[in-house]
Amino acid sequence: MELSTLWFILIAVLWIGYLVLEGFDFGVGMLLKYLPRDEQERRVALNTIGPHWDGNEVWLLTAGGATFAAFPEWYATMFSGMYIALFLILVMLILRISALEWRPKVSDLAWRNRWDAIHVVSAWVPAVLWGVAFANLVQGMRIEVVERDGTVVPPDAVADALGTASHQLTGGFFSLLTPYTLLGGVVTASLFLTSGAIFLALKTDGDLRHRAARLAATLSPISLAATAVFALWGQVAFARSALAWLPLLVAALCLAAVVVTTRQRREGWSFVLNSVAIAAAVAWIFMALYPYVMPSSIDEAYSLTLAQASSTPYTLRVMTIVALTIVPVVIAYQAYTYWIFRRRLTTKQIPAEPAGLELSELR
Amino acid sequence: MDALDLARWQFGITTVYHFILVPLTIGLTPLVALMQTFWYRTGKEHWLKLTKFFGKLLIINFALGVATGIVQEFQFGMNWSEYSRMVGDVFGAPLAIEALAAFFLESVFLGLWIFGWNRIPKGLHLAAIWCAAIGVNLSAYWILVANSFMQHPVGAEFNPDTGRAELVNFAALITNPTAVSAFMHVITAAFLTAGTFVTGIAIWWMVRSVRKGDHAQALTVWRPALLFGLVTVIASGLAVGGTGHHQAQLMFEQQPMKMASAEALCETTAGAPFSILTIGRLGSNNCGDTTPILELPGVTSFLATNTFTAELPGVLDLQEEKTELYADQFGTDVEYVPNLMVTYWSFRLMIGFAGFSAALALALLWYLRKDKVLGMPWLATLGLIAIPAPFLANSFGWIFTEMGRQPWVVHPNPASPVDFVYMLTQDGVSTVVSPGTVLASMIGFTLLYGALGVVWYLLMARYTREGVDNRANQMPPSATGAELPMSFVY
Repeated sequence: MELSTLWFILIAVLWIGYLVLEGFDFGVGMLLKYLPRDEQERRVALNTIGPHWDGNEVWLLTAGGATFAAFPEWYATMFSGMYIALFLILVMLILRISALEWRPKVSDLAWRNRWDAIHVVSAWVPAVLWGVAFANLVQGMRIEVVERDGTVVPPDAVADALGTASHQLTGGFFSLLTPYTLLGGVVTASLFLTSGAIFLALKTDGDLRHRAARLAATLSPISLAATAVFALWGQVAFARSALAWLPLLVAALCLAAVVVTTRQRREGWSFVLNSVAIAAAVAWIFMALYPYVMPSSIDEAYSLTLAQASSTPYTLRVMTIVALTIVPVVIAYQAYTYWIFRRRLTTKQIPAEPAGLELSELR
Repeated sequence: MDALDLARWQFGITTVYHFILVPLTIGLTPLVALMQTFWYRTGKEHWLKLTKFFGKLLIINFALGVATGIVQEFQFGMNWSEYSRMVGDVFGAPLAIEALAAFFLESVFLGLWIFGWNRIPKGLHLAAIWCAAIGVNLSAYWILVANSFMQHPVGAEFNPDTGRAELVNFAALITNPTAVSAFMHVITAAFLTAGTFVTGIAIWWMVRSVRKGDHAQALTVWRPALLFGLVTVIASGLAVGGTGHHQAQLMFEQQPMKMASAEALCETTAGAPFSILTIGRLGSNNCGDTTPILELPGVTSFLATNTFTAELPGVLDLQEEKTELYADQFGTDVEYVPNLMVTYWSFRLMIGFAGFSAALALALLWYLRKDKVLGMPWLATLGLIAIPAPFLANSFGWIFTEMGRQPWVVHPNPASPVDFVYMLTQDGVSTVVSPGTVLASMIGFTLLYGALGVVWYLLMARYTREGVDNRANQMPPSATGAELPMSFVY
């Protein structure tokens, strides 16, 4: 296998890690105001993701950094072209971290309610926007090959121009919003919601667990339907490879199984199957893309290919050694922390006294 | 302002802000780990109290550092896409390794530490904070490898066919002498920051305890904390000076223009002085217009070369030399001199603020000599005033080193100035992002950071004022009646 293909797969793995892990963090956040009934239950919900959310988020930083290292043209074209969408995501991630970490520092109800409201918004917005972004990759974007002075290279001259010209997403923010990409937003939002509900059912006990399990059973058919329509539409209209049917089927079967297992209240299986479904969905996106990393909807010749975007073989070799050495270690110690905090949490364990100091002394 | 200026302002604002938080995390995490180690080894209660007290402050600070750090990873692509294309083959690798080898370590293990009190064995819990401490320090190294490639590119070649820099020697990239030198300086500065933080808070609390009549707390808790902070400040203060001098010598070899700009040295001079104060229109980059008031003869030459009499090239000669060198590529009207007012003053403010913090430590040592505890209110005030000083020194240091590199985003390596890797900042900016978009995101980030900064300050002040004997540092009572309650942090 060529190293650039290996790195295409590794980038997919990093995104899978991010979307599976932060998916349920987002889900818990999206439900924070609606599923937990009172302060005690909200604290239980927050403590289930408490030790993990930060490590989960590093998968995003690694995916970003690895894209920069292995596919600089992809990183540059995507991040500058999707500027406003990324700006919104960044603002939301910053707010969400502040809401998570600073909420418990003051024992005042208004303080907590305000941070919780911010938390809910800052979980919903990226949950939708990540889907929009990935759907754009599948669908293709307004990409052209442009010289430094701004002249657009004609499609048949692209191959000769790439020494000086580069791929640019010239469409701007609103070109990223189409019926298909908005459906992509619905898909990630519903998948993360289901994932969050399943995670809460798995990690809590008592009344909250039962309500979470009921909600997961209600949500799972919705995420199945949204994902099925999205993937079938994408496969028929945009996918560049028939092989992509494979992960599509895996995702569909897993999500269908989740509908059954959530009904049977088999929380462990629901969680595993839902995570596999998200992984398969990401794998489908990457296989539907291949051999492009950013297809153009203007002209096929403007599409950014894996080969064009890739770093040199030397850099990829170095990065392969680094990644294959460190990633297994990271997965091992991160999995270990999940093992340490494996116990279910209940409101009975939450002390009656609120955490944090009084607001009145905050001056 | 055009998109270039706005993108530069945005990078400056977000990066300086991020780096207010980062040095405290880099320095304080190992200091808290040491406090916990003292407790683990001696079983003395005050070290546990101090671990929890400074641990709380560390966590409040860490949260905002992490949050603002995410922006850093993405804004190269957002605002500097052409720079990213040019250097991604080289520059992306240390960023990716930073996330893999350092961010995971600090994030996962800090989470384990925060939530692990009473839940995991003491030794493992101690190992968790040490892993986090190693992680934050490693992250500094990798990001400085990346930054040093912009200061002094090594280990790469320029490929004229693609117009890109290509990595050819990874070992050379990560052992870049610029990176090693910068790392030593940044790490010692981080310890100076955290040491001053501990010292300032400890003296403030010692005086407060004495005046509340709680001599026992002043003696058993705050005196050890104060001594610990003082040792850190003095050791790191000396090391900051030494590593800074080493960096200045390297800078003189690699970026003579930056060295000359630090002194705003217009004409080539033997035995260049270090002026403490200069008046005139430095901002105009107009060399005839300034009057140095107070000068230490030969000191800038000493900083750069270790001898007081060495000849330093002035910015006018250097400008002429560069104009000639790059006339074919960039024309003859490129300004190769950075903004002298910024470089001149940021260099002085960096040294001045760092020196202030070291001077405070010496003063405190003098007083601690005869008294076991101290109760003078002015010392408490001085302690609080000293805390921001190293933070400001850090900011000015980075402003100096980044502004002094201009107009380059990748400064040419003097060993091979014309056929190697270099790039003007103006060529690195994204071409598809409109000035309005950058302006909007810049205003957005600035307002958001400003608001979060207020909350950060309030929380830090509130938890500092709470002290060690209050609820903030105690385990909540167990709701289930179990002997050891689980800690619910949220």
